[in-house]
Amino acid sequence: MNDLDIRKAVKEELNNIAPEIDLAAIDPAGDLREALDIDSMDFLTFITAIHHRLGVDIPELDYPKLVTLDGAVAYIAARLGPIKK
Amino acid sequence: MPSLGADMEAGTLVEWLVKPGDRVKRGDIVAVVETQKGAIEIEIFEAGKIERILVGLNTKVPVGTPLALIQTEGGETAAPPAPPSMPAPVAPPSPPSPSPAPPPPVASACVARARVSPAARRFAETHGIDLSRVTGSGPAGAIVLADVERPPGVTVAPPDRKPAPGLDLDAMRTAIAAAMARSKREIPHYYLEHHVDVTASEQWLVRINAGRAPDHRLLIGALMIRSVALAARRFPAFNGFYREGKFEPSSAVHVGVAIAIRGGGLAAPALHDADRIPLDELMARMRDLVQRTRAGRIRSSEISDPTITVTSLGERGVETLYGIIYPPQVAIAGFGRIVTRPWVIDGAIGPRSLVTITLSADHRVSDGHAGALFLAEIGRLLQEPDKL
Repeated sequence: MNDLDIRKAVKEELNNIAPEIDLAAIDPAGDLREALDIDSMDFLTFITAIHHRLGVDIPELDYPKLVTLDGAVAYIAARLGPIKK
Repeated sequence: MPSLGADMEAGTLVEWLVKPGDRVKRGDIVAVVETQKGAIEIEIFEAGKIERILVGLNTKVPVGTPLALIQTEGGETAAPPAPPSMPAPVAPPSPPSPSPAPPPPVASACVARARVSPAARRFAETHGIDLSRVTGSGPAGAIVLADVERPPGVTVAPPDRKPAPGLDLDAMRTAIAAAMARSKREIPHYYLEHHVDVTASEQWLVRINAGRAPDHRLLIGALMIRSVALAARRFPAFNGFYREGKFEPSSAVHVGVAIAIRGGGLAAPALHDADRIPLDELMARMRDLVQRTRAGRIRSSEISDPTITVTSLGERGVETLYGIIYPPQVAIAGFGRIVTRPWVIDGAIGPRSLVTITLSADHRVSDGHAGALFLAEIGRLLQEPDKL
């Protein structure tokens, strides 16, 4: 799974939570919680979905690293390790 | 047709989940009704066998109209599900009322929604799939489970996607306006405010959640609901209903959880027995309730029976909110955003996590003195999260 696949998965899961948002239009370095108007329950739903879909365990202490789109992709890629590029 | 709120006069039957001959038990969801509050799942209060369906799809009927006949275990035939507070059901329907058909967009949505198997609908809900964009392969084009179980990749919604099909935000706004106007007209509110150190609760959650997969993690919102529920059990003047000039305390604590809907809406369905169920179950139910509410799928009992409401601003926003009581309830507790503030502990100043909790309560039922004790109890309970 490369970065593009991860980005696609992240966007799909975010879109499930905030269906009316055009993710192509948001700042990938901006705070997702602001851009998508998501609350702590939505964020937990997102983390849970990523955990199920990609098998990545995301401890609560690491949540701050996932609050931007770029940050989430980088974090997940690092956790998945350099498997297939 | 059950009453799902003091202001509801009629509802439109949009989906039957049972057919004649089906066995049902108390609590089963048998139908879906479209109301101002969105699509509501109707639970049944009798066990037995469905004898006959009395109200057809997309028919609008007044509150109190029998929807179906069931053969109860005892053998007699009863017309459920009319909650006890209902006026006696009108004699079985005059020919399905030539009801004013809902406006066209709603009507077509209802027709489309009717052709979805319950399993497919459940799957779609839990996975956030928009059924209006799924092509059905079942009989008469019905959407069946296989149609929605495709890889998640194909479910991406285009940016113009509307809120969940069961949600009509304009109707919801009308319902909020009616309930809140009535509240401000009839209920003499008084307001109290309390600043509570929730550092202990936060630290406890960090410890608990560290060893848990995301599915089982707790949010501080669950502790807030629990603390209010336990305090409400101890202070019954804040838990129950004010009806026909008198207060009826409730022995059960069903906490209405105020849930913001994307696009501008609000609902406060009940989390049942929030004082008694284990905390993990409370959290699981809260997740389920939030997801279903945002998908436009609230159950009838969840709409009609909250005994007290909790509203919380979450991580963003401001520090204080003053709730408006949802009639016929008599109290609402409000939690602002948690902030880090200098605080004095044991004579020294240090940074602590603080939340402002407010209580809006009905002066016809209680006074500020009792309200202050109730609010203080909520704050005290949050100091010992391991006992919640």
